Amino acid sequence: MADYNTMELMICSASRELEDGASVGVGTGAPCAAAMLAQKVGSPNLLILFEAGGAGPLVPEMPISVGDSRTTWKAVMASSMPEIMETACRGMLDYTFLGGAQIDMYGNLNSTMIGAEYQKPKVRFPGSGGANDFASFCWRMMVMTPQDPKRFTEKCSYITSPGWLTGGDSRAKSGLPLGAGPYKILTNMAVMDFEPESKRMRIIAINPGYSEKDVQDNCGFELLKAKKIVENHPPTKNELTILREQIDPYRYVIGR
Amino acid sequence: MEVLAQGIGEIFTDPDADKAREFFRKKSRKLQSKVMTVKEAVDKLVKDGDYISIGGFGVNRIPAAVLHEIVRQGRKNLGLSGHTATHDFQILSAGHCFNRVDVAYIIGLEARGLSPNARKYMESGKVKMTEWTNYTLSVRYKAACAGVSFHPIRNMMGTDTFKYSGAKMIQCPFTGTNYLLVPALFSDVGLVHVHEADIYGNCRTKGILMSDYDLSRSSKKLIVTCERIITNDEIRRDPTSTFIPYWCVDAVCEVPFGSYPGNMYGEYFSDEEHLKEWLKVEENPEEFKKFLDKNIYGCKDHYDYIERNGGMHKMLKLRKKEWLLLGARD
Repeated sequence: MADYNTMELMICSASRELEDGASVGVGTGAPCAAAMLAQKVGSPNLLILFEAGGAGPLVPEMPISVGDSRTTWKAVMASSMPEIMETACRGMLDYTFLGGAQIDMYGNLNSTMIGAEYQKPKVRFPGSGGANDFASFCWRMMVMTPQDPKRFTEKCSYITSPGWLTGGDSRAKSGLPLGAGPYKILTNMAVMDFEPESKRMRIIAINPGYSEKDVQDNCGFELLKAKKIVENHPPTKNELTILREQIDPYRYVIGR
Repeated sequence: MEVLAQGIGEIFTDPDADKAREFFRKKSRKLQSKVMTVKEAVDKLVKDGDYISIGGFGVNRIPAAVLHEIVRQGRKNLGLSGHTATHDFQILSAGHCFNRVDVAYIIGLEARGLSPNARKYMESGKVKMTEWTNYTLSVRYKAACAGVSFHPIRNMMGTDTFKYSGAKMIQCPFTGTNYLLVPALFSDVGLVHVHEADIYGNCRTKGILMSDYDLSRSSKKLIVTCERIITNDEIRRDPTSTFIPYWCVDAVCEVPFGSYPGNMYGEYFSDEEHLKEWLKVEENPEEFKKFLDKNIYGCKDHYDYIERNGGMHKMLKLRKKEWLLLGARD
């Protein structure tokens, strides 16, 4: 069995979702590592966009901020937040990766607060930032996150960014742009998508070393299961070498 | 037009475009020098209770010198646009300078972690919040910029972000689709740091613009700090490069390394050591007080602050990082 950790596995899985010629809106950390890896492995023409304005960079090293100078290194354009977001509004942003303290069975995300009283939160988080924007406008929103039953919750304390809302056609009726929504959830244990009718989260692949039971035991709601659940591919030697030597040599992300 | 649903968040600024036009009608268009020190600019233009918008992106091209001065002069009860706010938010939280925030992104410093002090302040119940998103706040600037009182958007529906916002849902009269309308955001004072400006306030910058184009035009008063003052002849030689014109600007302050400890495109990278230290000392109130005395209250100005944190040697190291001669985390 290959020697890799769960963060490396998640980044490699995520990078394979980004096909050549597609566009992706990324933040710092693991999503950026996945986009950089995709660019260096199978998708040299992946268009990377950063919400602060960096457009089409050949990212030289992991940025610390989505607005720092690395996000425009050898870029095609140093633009603005309205420019990037309007590109997403018009329907030209294919993928994004988001995260949060909580996620529910419809892929709704909480990155704002925990507690009963909004004006006096028990725990306050940063808020939407650009997450609600990307979740609303990108065709396919993905989440890369460790799986535990507290994070994968029956009900988010607060919904910051839209998933499939209350399932079924609720998102289509809401006024959010049609056809966009959560696509895949990549965890240390499995890959999930959303069942097309109910829009409920569904297991489609299991990572090496885990079982369906592990996945369900570490989820706070009932997961649907695809007719055929496959075993997720482990990272290849090539992916790991590039990730470790070129993308994150100081292990800032993969060392977590 | 029927309002189908609306957020319960308070709208902290008046979206009335006619009232804003009355203000802008009286704003000077005279080509005159606006050069002053940061101390003078804050003293003259930022009053207790004002609503302010901060340019840049949290820790990139931020008006750090002005933010420190606001804390030093003890401004209180400010309103704040929390658009991509990270280290800028952390600085103003250190001085407990504000009591109401339009929230898009606050408390966090992206990959660096969360500010314990800013978090405590926001969990205290002393600060009123209304929720938005980064794009939504930039759209609110854009509406103000265009002299209209609202702008339609297609996000936030179905979420608590909408519930706690001040947005209103209507039906599009052309297509029947549901849209949200967000109110124009006219700030009392905008604060922006740029690469170059002339004495009148014509500004140039490099790299990404974040939301500064709209922010600078939607602010009733605008304080500009710049890495260097250039001649008006230079501005007129290359007018294509001007991104903020002089008639938007009320103060021009020359502050080399003015975004420090933030990143400045093509000039210097962020001082990660110092930012890490700041996050760390916030965990201990005693240490934090000493830290603020050293870095804000005990400083005469931004140069003094830089001197206390490694001076020119540090600045040259950050320049090497910016040019990738050193890694960002070296």
